[in-house]
Amino acid sequence: MEAVQSPELRLGGGLRAPSPSPPSALPPDAMVQIERLSVLYAGKAAVRDATLTFPRHRVSALIGPSGCGKSTLLRCLNRMNDLVDSVRIEGSIRIGGEDIYDVAQDVTDLRRRVGMIFQKSNPFPKSIYENVAYSLRIHGVKNRSVLDATVERCLKAAALWEEVHDRLHDSALGLSGGQQQRLCIARAIAVEPDVLLMDEPCSALDPVATAKIEELILELKRQYTIVIVTHNIQQAARISDFTAFMLLGELVEVGPTRELFTTPKDPRTEAFISGRFG
Amino acid sequence: MMPVDDKVPDPQPAAAPRATPRSNRSLWRSGDPFVWMTGGALSVSLLMVLGLLLLILANGLGIFWPADVERLTLADGGVVVGQVEAREAIPRPGAPAGTGVAHRIKVRQGNRDVLGADYVWIDEASITRRERPADVAFFERLEWGAFFGVPTALRDGDRTVADGERTWEALQARLAESARVLDEIRRIEKGPVTRLNYDQEQIRLALRRLEMQGVQTGPEVDRLVRERESLQGRFLEYEETLKGLRARLTARVTVACGRDRTAEIPVAQIVRVCRPNAMGFLDKAGYYVVRLLEFLFSDPRESNTEGGVFPALFGTVLMVLIMSVAVTPFGVIAAVYLREYARQGRLVSIVRIAVNNLAGVPSIVFGVFGVGFFIYGIGHSIDALFFAEALPTPTFGTGGILWASLTLALLTVPVVIVATEEGLAAIPRGMREGSLALGATKFETTWRVVLPAVMPSILTGLILAVARAAGEVAPLMITGVVKLAPALPLDGLPPYVHLDRKFMHLGFHIYDVGFQSPNVDAARPMVYATTLLLLAIVVMLNLAAILLRKRLRKKYAVSAV
Repeated sequence: MEAVQSPELRLGGGLRAPSPSPPSALPPDAMVQIERLSVLYAGKAAVRDATLTFPRHRVSALIGPSGCGKSTLLRCLNRMNDLVDSVRIEGSIRIGGEDIYDVAQDVTDLRRRVGMIFQKSNPFPKSIYENVAYSLRIHGVKNRSVLDATVERCLKAAALWEEVHDRLHDSALGLSGGQQQRLCIARAIAVEPDVLLMDEPCSALDPVATAKIEELILELKRQYTIVIVTHNIQQAARISDFTAFMLLGELVEVGPTRELFTTPKDPRTEAFISGRFG
Repeated sequence: MMPVDDKVPDPQPAAAPRATPRSNRSLWRSGDPFVWMTGGALSVSLLMVLGLLLLILANGLGIFWPADVERLTLADGGVVVGQVEAREAIPRPGAPAGTGVAHRIKVRQGNRDVLGADYVWIDEASITRRERPADVAFFERLEWGAFFGVPTALRDGDRTVADGERTWEALQARLAESARVLDEIRRIEKGPVTRLNYDQEQIRLALRRLEMQGVQTGPEVDRLVRERESLQGRFLEYEETLKGLRARLTARVTVACGRDRTAEIPVAQIVRVCRPNAMGFLDKAGYYVVRLLEFLFSDPRESNTEGGVFPALFGTVLMVLIMSVAVTPFGVIAAVYLREYARQGRLVSIVRIAVNNLAGVPSIVFGVFGVGFFIYGIGHSIDALFFAEALPTPTFGTGGILWASLTLALLTVPVVIVATEEGLAAIPRGMREGSLALGATKFETTWRVVLPAVMPSILTGLILAVARAAGEVAPLMITGVVKLAPALPLDGLPPYVHLDRKFMHLGFHIYDVGFQSPNVDAARPMVYATTLLLLAIVVMLNLAAILLRKRLRKKYAVSAV
């Protein structure tokens, strides 16, 4: 198969509004608005009273030491916490203006709009092709040419096409860790979500694979609003536009990454980013 | 196997200064004794299994071989002709040590109708002469078992066809001819006559149905009665044909056996005849193959102690297949609910323990349940609803292959549930979350991601279930297995699959032939051969499942079980 257009041009498949102007020109509008969010597991607060917004087409990083509630907060955005028994969620989250905890909200539809990449790559025990086509198939797409085109587009967008285009029907479990993670990204963008959530996507990868994923994230933010959880401070500094620092369930400080890293307002933030704890 | 380890510290070191107690302790702590123990336990179990296999193989494979026939002349002047099958020392309790040990031999002398017993023990001391005359023939007959003797004349009615030297050749020709006639008879009996019986039965049932609807007369009844009469006419024609064919089977062979004794055997009664002492190795091998094929592919004779086991083989395999078809979906669905949907808590734990314990319930209890629930409960209801015209003869309200298979499915369902559950538990949470995060519902996730990935574990469960079911006998005895089934559960008569029929089973066959037969010595070879066959079937069914699982594992390399 000969690629007619470059991956960048084909991103989004033409169904979405064209790429926004350069980041500095427009004030980024809020894609995700979180207001007074508290999450309690069996009565114990994992996130307390957090209010923040994630702007559209930007990378926002959630940093903090282990157990600070950053993953919990992330998993509220596609309601993955619903799967946990005895969880209580207070406050409101709006994505694209819609309250996602509204009773009328269809959870599967929400998860289609809010994709997620997990800490440990989790390809299905199917072929590479079927992994990417999976979400289309469950949404009822049967047309072979649509499937083929989407698989190719998503694998290109995830910078994996060159490596796997001649073995699309081999098992996905034969790929390396980094390739598997990129496959998961391709799978997530196949349903054309608005938001991509990434839960420490590089923590199980070597530096070379990590660099590739980071490069990919910077590429993807033209099309998607990305929220990434990381405990790697350098990574947050390298790839994010905005950073939120959490500690013991509390949202300590939020701001543009450059400001937060150069002139932190809170002494705890400074202590964390300078590596005195965590 | 046994680990060979030369680094073991000597427990009593002659030169070493170390104290003995400490040395002992370090020997234990080194782990070597533990390795010997584990290795030894494994070796002992393997040896026992191997011994059992060798015993079955040696006894089961040898029985079709036409052994040489010996003529033994005894000191008292008697003559015994037969195959020597065993030799053992004569126990003499209280005899002083050092005295010579006497032996006796077990001779298969056949000729049950003449001599009364197939087998005889003879003290070696009483034998004056042993020889192997080339002209002794070994007859296999449809009735009365084996016959040893020298054919001396062939008669057809009152006419002598051949005698002396020429008898053997004439006998061979006659045998071929009678085999043709017998085949023709069998073909008619199994084909058109069976079909006619079936059609007549259908007409009887149709008339009964009309009668139950209150229709006693009328065009429909007349048509059926006319049809039945024409069928009866055709039946009588076939009867005449069969009578004519049987009338052609008049040849008899005179056989000299023992001293001055002769017997007459109708040629139609002879299944096979050979002269083992005159046969070369290749002849014997050919004979062996013929008998092996007969064992595998023909019906039993002589209350199952001779002939083949095909109906039992067929019944066993079909029953295991029906059981697999029933148990797999049932067990898998139960396991999926238990692991994926049920709220994990005390109740689910109790259910899980109960399921595990179910696997330990004696199988006869399942059999009793099968009789009560399937046969008397469901079977009687089916009969009342759909087969009322056949009553009081039950159709499904009696033991049959369907009920036996379902009873076994119940017996083995815990195995499938446990294996599937373990497989489900081994599937990483991340895989499910990955699917849910793409907007799949829980059902889609289970159906498209979890179940394919758990397939190898399901097959593991099925392998265990098949191994258990194929060897089970007790519950079958009361749910549908019989000593001799007149017809297979699959045949050419509509509806082709007769799940209501009783069937034969290799495990029950072993029990029946080995322990219910009046002639245990004659039946023993059959028991070994059948056991070997049952083992081979279990191994083959398992191998098939294992190969399938291997392929699936390659495809979905995730499951831990």
